[in-house]
Amino acid sequence: MTFEWFYSLPLRLRSFFRRNQVDQELKDELRDHLEQQIKENLAAGMSPEDARYAALRALGGMTQIEQQCRDARGGNVMEDLVQDLRYGLRQLYRSRGFSFLAILCLTLGIGANAAVFSWIEGILFRPYPAVAHQERLLAVGGTARGETGGTGISWPDFLDLQRSCTLCDAFFVSKITGSTLNIGDHAEITTGSIVSANYFEAIGVHPVLGRGFEPGEDVGNDAYPVAVISYQLWRNRFKSDPQIVGKTQRLNNVPHTIIGVAPEGFYGTFVGWAMHFWVPASMEETFESGGYKLQDRGARWIEAYVRLKPGVSRAQAQEEISAIATRLENNYPDTNRGRGIKLWPLWQTPFNNAGTLLPTLEIMLAVGAFVLLIACANVGNLLLVRSFARRHEMTVRLAIGATRVRLMKQLLTEGLILSALGAAGGLLVAYWCRHALVLLFPARSGVAMYLPGEIDLRVMSLSVGICLIATVIVGLVPSFQTRNINLTAALKAESSGVVGDRRKAWVRSGLVVFQVCLSFILLVGAALLLQSLQKIRTTSPGFSTTNVVETGVSLSSAGYDVPHAKTFQEELIARVRALPGVESAAFARVTPLGYGTYSSTPIAVDGYQPPLEEQPAVDYNQVSADYFATLGIALLSGREFTRADDENAPLVAIVNQTMAARYWRDQNPIDRRIQVKGRSLRVVGVAADSKYESMRERPKPFFYVPLLQDFVRGPSLYIRTAQPLQSISAALLREVHALDGNLALYEMITLQEQVDRSTSAQLVAVTLVSILGGLALLLAAVGLYGVISYAVAQSMRELGLRMALGAGTASIFRRVISRGLRLTALGVLCGAIAGLALTRLFGKLLYHVSPNDPLAFASAVAVMTITALVACLLPAWRATRTDPARVLRN
Amino acid sequence: MSKPSDLVQGTLDMLILKILALEPLNGWAVSQRLKQMSSDVLGVSDGSLYPALHKLEHRGWITAHWKPSGNNRRAKFYSLTRLGRKQLEKEAADWNRLSAAISGIVKLKEA
Repeated sequence: MTFEWFYSLPLRLRSFFRRNQVDQELKDELRDHLEQQIKENLAAGMSPEDARYAALRALGGMTQIEQQCRDARGGNVMEDLVQDLRYGLRQLYRSRGFSFLAILCLTLGIGANAAVFSWIEGILFRPYPAVAHQERLLAVGGTARGETGGTGISWPDFLDLQRSCTLCDAFFVSKITGSTLNIGDHAEITTGSIVSANYFEAIGVHPVLGRGFEPGEDVGNDAYPVAVISYQLWRNRFKSDPQIVGKTQRLNNVPHTIIGVAPEGFYGTFVGWAMHFWVPASMEETFESGGYKLQDRGARWIEAYVRLKPGVSRAQAQEEISAIATRLENNYPDTNRGRGIKLWPLWQTPFNNAGTLLPTLEIMLAVGAFVLLIACANVGNLLLVRSFARRHEMTVRLAIGATRVRLMKQLLTEGLILSALGAAGGLLVAYWCRHALVLLFPARSGVAMYLPGEIDLRVMSLSVGICLIATVIVGLVPSFQTRNINLTAALKAESSGVVGDRRKAWVRSGLVVFQVCLSFILLVGAALLLQSLQKIRTTSPGFSTTNVVETGVSLSSAGYDVPHAKTFQEELIARVRALPGVESAAFARVTPLGYGTYSSTPIAVDGYQPPLEEQPAVDYNQVSADYFATLGIALLSGREFTRADDENAPLVAIVNQTMAARYWRDQNPIDRRIQVKGRSLRVVGVAADSKYESMRERPKPFFYVPLLQDFVRGPSLYIRTAQPLQSISAALLREVHALDGNLALYEMITLQEQVDRSTSAQLVAVTLVSILGGLALLLAAVGLYGVISYAVAQSMRELGLRMALGAGTASIFRRVISRGLRLTALGVLCGAIAGLALTRLFGKLLYHVSPNDPLAFASAVAVMTITALVACLLPAWRATRTDPARVLRN
Repeated sequence: MSKPSDLVQGTLDMLILKILALEPLNGWAVSQRLKQMSSDVLGVSDGSLYPALHKLEHRGWITAHWKPSGNNRRAKFYSLTRLGRKQLEKEAADWNRLSAAISGIVKLKEA
């Protein structure tokens, strides 16, 4: 059997492409036979007339034999296809309105899916197109025993990992940082990465100008002020200066020598933001607050990646890394007890936007599938209606000898044309939407998010796969129609214009119920997410969000050594407090819910025995006097920090409620002591719990130390004032420039804005699900409208009769509407039952909202009902306009 | 246009293969040979011969060449391929088994 193709394919191709010649040969062959037969008949003594006639009869119908031979050749598959395509296109062109609607539905359905695929591909699976072998890259993060959240890892730990890991090709660091970039007298904030010296080597990206970093450039403190800049920065800020290498630019006020320009299309290794410069880790202190950390094993600040050797699985690598982590735990119990190191697939990277967007994109896959199914149901419905109109055509074709398979092929071909056009449109939609995800994040000044979708071969083939599925669904629905055509009955009935029977109405209604059901589930999902967003936005973060603005001054380094920075900060805060309308002002190193990472430290508390194997480590923040008053965080007991808590005063701390409860049980922690990094701090106050890193976090132990006792340069500044943002911003800039004209202010935002930004992933989820939910609703409404309109058109006679017998318009109206509502109710019922099981999928995205929240279900029912009413209104109105006289006469 | 019986329909392929196994022939000659060999018992109409020939060609069992024939014209000559020879052997063996079985049954003496 397998060899057959070897022989038949050339013949098939020949009969397809050289059809005329093959036909001619066939005719010749048969004519030959005929002539021989005639000759023989003549020899047998027949008259020429009889000889010819007898020969023809013996052979039997030339045309039929020719056709039989053609069929035997089997080249007809392609011939049929071309014929079907041509015919299908003509049919679709003839009913342009129908075709347009069908293609539009499929475009939206396939487009929604292709767009989601492209985001998943570009953001989760292939986020770094320029990086070599990104399929073997894994993200590396730290874990702490007994805690769910991840941490960074420390530089000394990284070096040990890099040295000991045998299963990986490369181990490198890339830690995002913001920086003030000064070019000429223009200062702007830009994003970049602090990287290990092997960075460019490891990812296989070679600067187009200059060089990458050399081994050893990540050693020392402020030892190598060199930078590689992005192609865009080079083009936009340096006007593509070919002599750029060797020039300097000021990053955080430190002159950096530009040693290289990254290639075009390389945006670094951070999902969510485009990186514009890279500096070696030796410059850490210039870019990271919290002091010099390259020798501090307790400072877990870096984000790292590892590339596995080919053929090594994540589990194998994890095993090795865990073994190394255990060894580090034993060697350095003070800093590493209870600390693990975990490998993550890129799409679960905990420290960039991949992890944030993962649950949303997962949901979007399901939502996209729903929209596609609804769109297919719509097109199926449209095709059904059309197949009634084409019933006559089908019947006639069957009557003159077409096989049902042949008709089915024809219908599938038409489905294929529709879905191929839909897929083309869908890919176009996806192409337009591939960068659209960024738009859903709230804008912030200075830097733009970068979340590119990627339409590559995988996305394309997935879309084509979807298109084929759609073809089958869309093509097979009407082919049910051809199954039971009773020829004689149909041919007779057709002429009298009686169309459609109960069974077909049932199929169409079933499709609508299905659509309503799916879109109802999406509505519930959208309602749940909306409610959750509402909750998250209205939950108090534990600090005031109104009347407090946050900004910062970029003096974190050069020019400002610690004493100068201290003086500057003192003077600035005094000036700010004196501004009219300012109630209070304070500094803190890390902004709550911001992108900065808190310092974390092992602690010891007198009288508290930690569970074995656990090294209690607690996050803390360095805050100035008046911090609690300014942010509106309640003090439950004790006192606030004052300016007297400076470097010369005894060391003090304020703990939060949870910390007090955990480490001092029911006793009053005031005046008790905690040991931090060999220093003993006296607890002077207990603050209420608040949110520190995420609105979704649970209360956790936390403490505060006075800024002056653990000083950092360039902390964030908080101002409590009722004045509008612009005026306070302008006033602040005046004061800053009065002190130093060279300084730039960070973006000034309200704390509400800060909260909103930290919950932007929820906003994105709500927006996306709402958009697609709305789309689904629209499609379902169109489907419902179609079915009801069709039902009305079909029962004109019945309606006319009813009216003639005295039914009022109100009762006719009610009849039509109630039919639509019955279908809707059935769909909602199915949707509600399915929804109870399916909305659990939203669980990860929900905040304090049950997946079966009755309010969400109720509001979805309301929206669905209103939509259904609107969809039925026009057909119902049309029904009441039936003219009984005319309908009955016809 | 009388249709040959089902049995003949199934064996027509085999007969054609057998005929072509002896020598390459054109369609006319095959039809004559069929009539001769089966002593007109089978009554294969010329109408069913040509579709069968074309089918066999497409299966790769026979192959066709255009060759000059008697009166200065080209005629389509069919010949057996290696694949066709194998097929013929297989079908002949099948046929022998089948006919032996059937004749065995037919020859059974009634008790």
